[in-house]
Amino acid sequence: MANTVATGAALGILDLGLEAFRNVIRKAFKDKGEEVIKDNIACAEAGYHYARTNCPRCEAFGIREPEYRRLMLIDGVHAIGMGAVMSGCKFYSGYPMTPSTGILDYMASRAEEYNLVVEQAEDEIAAINMAIGASFAGVRAMTGSSGGGFALMVEGLSLAGMTETPIVIAEMQRPGPATGLPTRTEQADLLFVLYAAHGEFPRVIFEPGDPKQAFYLTNKAFELAEKYQIPVFIQSDQYLADTEWTYEKFDLENIIYNDYRLREKDLEGIEVYKRFKYSSTGISLLAIPGEAGKHLVVADSDEHDEEGHIIEDSETRIKMVQKRLLNKLPLIKKEIEPPLLYGDSSPKIVLIGRGSTYGVIKEVVDTISKDHKVAMMHFSQVYPLPERDKFDYIELLEKADLTICIENNATGQFAKVMKAETGFEFSHKILKYDGRPFTIENLKEELHAYI
Amino acid sequence: MPTSEDYKGQVPAWCPGCGNFNILSTVKEALVELGIEPWEVLVVSGIGQAGKLPHYIKCHTFNGLHGRTLPVATAAKLANNSLHVIAVAGDGDCYGEGGNHFLHAIRRNPNITMFVHNNQIYGLTKGQASPTTAQRTHTKIQPYGVLAEPMNPLALAISQDCSFVARGFAGDQDYLKELMKAAIAHKGFSLLDILQPCVTFNKINTFKWYRDRVYKLEGEYDPSDRLKAFERSLEWGDKIPNGIFYKNERETLEEGIPAIQEEPLVRQKFSIEDVKHEIEKFY
Ligand SMILES: Cc1ncc(C[n+]2csc(CCOP(=O)(O)OP(=O)(O)O)c2C)c(N)n1
Ligand code: SF4
Ligand SMILES: [Mg+2]
Repeated sequence: MANTVATGAALGILDLGLEAFRNVIRKAFKDKGEEVIKDNIACAEAGYHYARTNCPRCEAFGIREPEYRRLMLIDGVHAIGMGAVMSGCKFYSGYPMTPSTGILDYMASRAEEYNLVVEQAEDEIAAINMAIGASFAGVRAMTGSSGGGFALMVEGLSLAGMTETPIVIAEMQRPGPATGLPTRTEQADLLFVLYAAHGEFPRVIFEPGDPKQAFYLTNKAFELAEKYQIPVFIQSDQYLADTEWTYEKFDLENIIYNDYRLREKDLEGIEVYKRFKYSSTGISLLAIPGEAGKHLVVADSDEHDEEGHIIEDSETRIKMVQKRLLNKLPLIKKEIEPPLLYGDSSPKIVLIGRGSTYGVIKEVVDTISKDHKVAMMHFSQVYPLPERDKFDYIELLEKADLTICIENNATGQFAKVMKAETGFEFSHKILKYDGRPFTIENLKEELHAYI
Repeated sequence: MPTSEDYKGQVPAWCPGCGNFNILSTVKEALVELGIEPWEVLVVSGIGQAGKLPHYIKCHTFNGLHGRTLPVATAAKLANNSLHVIAVAGDGDCYGEGGNHFLHAIRRNPNITMFVHNNQIYGLTKGQASPTTAQRTHTKIQPYGVLAEPMNPLALAISQDCSFVARGFAGDQDYLKELMKAAIAHKGFSLLDILQPCVTFNKINTFKWYRDRVYKLEGEYDPSDRLKAFERSLEWGDKIPNGIFYKNERETLEEGIPAIQEEPLVRQKFSIEDVKHEIEKFY
């Protein structure tokens, strides 16, 4: 109750009115009953009136009573979790590791309501193998961890690649190496996630810029994982995981759900079902073991034939690599949306970011745009890099005088990916690797060196 | 009713005379006698000679990574608890690389069956020591002989209250079949450790070596007595008991999960309409 008095007093000093706070109290103590609500409101009022009578009104922050609207309040991990639930994810396995634990918490808290199976695995190796087992058996499955735990999952990632088992993995970064700064933020796992696992297979990496993007990209992650039978990553970091944003709404009409899993009736007319049948798209029919009539579903981590049985010969090997990897790649690339351009449409200065730097770069663009032809180019669908047909972002970058890549790491990992994949080299980099997110002030200060 | 023919798979690539052949034909007979159809069973295996088994029968198969059979098998069972799920692994696979998963599968108690082809050696990788190789056995990698004591998987499983613990021998197929059937029929995590001669890389634990030592637990032996079971599991050497050492039908993992009480997860239809209201919680 002391907190309530103090909050009331603070509102009094700021002269902000009490109605919003009364609503917060009613909501917070809903389960505790009328009595508790009444007493707390009385405390809030007492604090408020005391401050109004005895303290001068504080002008320091220029805070005015806002216009009250009904807004959503959501952070990154909840947005990812809700994205998974609304994508039909039925199985989540994980091992606690900051900053990914929030997703595991969320999924467990919704297990009863939405009939989910959520399992705390004995380690991350088990976590990813469980997700793969559940997905093989026919349900949408997801796992998540931070860099260290994901390091343990790497062989499993390769297994998903080889067995073409759809799986979504949340990789929530914190500063490494090793245990690093467990509760701080960094964007230094991009190259790791991009190159993790032995052998060659397709993968997709999304890095949402805010919780809303996290929600939609998680949904898209499931769609692509299921459609192409590949592992898809939602990569984010502590900063976005734990930052709450407000929104008017998420438009649920835009959620994609296509069931690519085949049951008995879907397989009518098929004499012998072959899990890995060659096809021009690389996609083979994905049947559910035990729900596909008498058809058998066979998958192998060894190189295999169309039926899924272990082979050794080079001819089958070549055909399988083509099916699993080369045939799928161009189709997957077409699914990737171009980066978001915000600000001047033919900018002289382009600030490039990905993932959680979205908010801060956007605000910096707002504050300097009256003096400069400046824009933000934000990538949230990071890998494979988008094609240039919808928006030729490389051309735009080439026309600019300054292209500054902004990353929360020490080596400019995204800049490296960009150079390797497109040949384009950003003119400058602003890197931050102290375990803290960029602030508008320090980003502006760093920019002073160039503009 | 299924027949042996229904379970006929590819031609095995094992060494002639390997104990795995006996295990393979016994698995098929056990499944046939239990009346389980090939499409009702999922065999999850790891990597090793044992791990190849599902390719040599015909049923749903997930031949995953070395050591990782149990997480895959457990989750597959949670996703579809109408399937019979059997995990097949070598001693290295289950007790070495996958040792942690073994411990936790015992704790969780999913209703799945674990067959361990225990040849006391790494067969596939050509004869290195496994967790069950006898102390002082010489291999290329252990020139002074294996220094560590062998693991006792049965004693370990019983100490952790594993729901079903048994040992069989590839050289006694009739009895092995009975044990397999009992393990598959048991509700809960069932471990069947199978003594499997590796004729190529284990020149000590041969068919004869085992045959001279194995005997069946007596008719009046009571597998519900955990302490007694633990005591008998410590017998190894001149006499090696076979049979069901321990049984405790405790609650399975699946029985504790509300989401799958009415229908397997895999049969539950998803509609975005049923979850849309979730968004309201964030206002
Ligand atoms: C992660 C990993 N490490 C090592 C191997 C190599 N490897 C394959 S099977 C095996 C051991 C086989 O022994 P066991 O599990 O007892 O099976 P067996 O061949 O004796 O039936 C090893 C070390 C591998 N495939 N994967
Ligand atoms: S190496 Fe040993 S276990 Fe492997 S097939 Fe040959 S005899 Fe059997
Ligand atoms: Mg072995």
